Amino acid sequence: MTHSGLNVAAIREDFPILQQTVHGKPLVYLDSAATSQKPEAVIQVLDEYYRKFNANIHRGVYYLAEEATARYEGARKKIQKFINAKSHREVIYTRNATEALNLVAYAWGRANVQEGDEIVATVLEHHANIVPWQLLAKEKKATLKFIRADEHGLLRADDIETMITAQTRLVAATMASNVAGTLTPIKQIVARAHAIGAVCVVDAAQAVPHMPVDVQALDADFFAFSGHKMLGPFVGVLYGKRALLEKMEPFLGGGDMIREVHLEYSKWNELPWKFEAGTPAIAEAIGLGVAVDYLTALGMENVRAHERAITAYALDKIGAVEGIRILGPLDPDQRGGVVAFSIPEAHPHDVAQIFDREGICVRGGHHCAMPLHEYYGIAATTRASFYIYSIPEEVDKLVETLAKVRQIFKA
Amino acid sequence: MDDLYRELILDHYQHPHNHGEIPDADISYEDSNPLCGDKIRIDLKLKNNVVEDVKFNGKGCAISQASASMLTDELIGKSLDEIKQLDKQFILDLLGIPLGPTRIKCALLPLKVIKAGVYGINAWPGEEEEE
Repeated sequence: MTHSGLNVAAIREDFPILQQTVHGKPLVYLDSAATSQKPEAVIQVLDEYYRKFNANIHRGVYYLAEEATARYEGARKKIQKFINAKSHREVIYTRNATEALNLVAYAWGRANVQEGDEIVATVLEHHANIVPWQLLAKEKKATLKFIRADEHGLLRADDIETMITAQTRLVAATMASNVAGTLTPIKQIVARAHAIGAVCVVDAAQAVPHMPVDVQALDADFFAFSGHKMLGPFVGVLYGKRALLEKMEPFLGGGDMIREVHLEYSKWNELPWKFEAGTPAIAEAIGLGVAVDYLTALGMENVRAHERAITAYALDKIGAVEGIRILGPLDPDQRGGVVAFSIPEAHPHDVAQIFDREGICVRGGHHCAMPLHEYYGIAATTRASFYIYSIPEEVDKLVETLAKVRQIFKA
Repeated sequence: MDDLYRELILDHYQHPHNHGEIPDADISYEDSNPLCGDKIRIDLKLKNNVVEDVKFNGKGCAISQASASMLTDELIGKSLDEIKQLDKQFILDLLGIPLGPTRIKCALLPLKVIKAGVYGINAWPGEEEEE
């Protein structure tokens, strides 16, 4: 895998968790789509924060508070640069990507979606990019529609044109599916939404960790992702265009999001703090800044090249298993580092359990995408997902263990 | 090779007992495990409040399906009051395998379904698997 430009052997040394054995076997971590592992530098900065700088931010005038604030805001600027946002005011820390999407549904959706309007999502979405829109549609008596996918997990180009209509106020689409792996034609979806005057919300939780992203080039209105899937701690991010964010009412009310509070009324703080009520996840945000530094040093083009290569290898090896069904496109250029599959003999829960005995971490279930599984007529799948530290030997281990599973379950 | 998937469990999974439906069931209830999408439906035919026939239907992992197969074997001839007395340990003894906190939910799904069905979901005193 050295041709990708990543020194994966050196990278693996940076991840303490990968050095251990589980059930007496070397750990094989293939669940990075759920959460990534954390490099030493991120773990250290959390430790350092609590040992040296722990204080609440934005208020104190003493040294600790100023240091904590500077680091928290400094991380925001690193994230801004990483996704190429115009301003740090467009980068809002949230609890996770789910909260980021809910923020949009609540603060933009409730003010702008009316009875009879349409919201358009896709069948590839994670529950986090479906349920907030179901709630909004129900409250506003709006219609929620879905762009369909073909049998390879690719969104239907005709649906992108015909589903998004003059009645559509909001389009919610993933940039990379967490099950089918599909890289969607997100630029085209954003353009189509804009052509009819709708806003486009992009779920980029499976994209930002894995490939170069540029929110300005994409022209996304809102763009949600999670820090913990990109080597960082448990914190999320919402990017929003400043013009939209300025017009929105707050999401949560409380401390830090206000400029003035009177008993009868309040005035909101400026962006981005208008959307950051209460004490945020300070250490986690700082940790995300360090994760961004780590990824930037590797180069996101290199990250994508490495994942493309290992995904191609996995598609080959796993695809060669007799009777196996792989969800999503088989062309590695059309997908991210996620391979979900089913075998006829065993339920994914049982597959994942037997994998665990071999020290292999994979996900068995519906991966928070029940509609996608229903759409393809499968109750659940087993999912392996890759990241910068994944190596072909781990794919080989997976395929070997799959043979053991079939041995146990042979009728 | 694996005590979790010993022959008895696999045999019940691959050749489940009491599998099917009772069209004119007296009690019928279905539930699912939101974690993995496992689904179990149990139909009961009663005579004088005693189980005369039972069938289950569903899809899911080996543990949940084997548990349903073994549990339904035990239900025939039991009164509704006796079914209400069945507990978590009863299922664990039936399966006879060590189960972690996630898989225990799979094992207990059929018991949850039968109890909710027998009590009526509103009168059911509580979650069997919670500790």
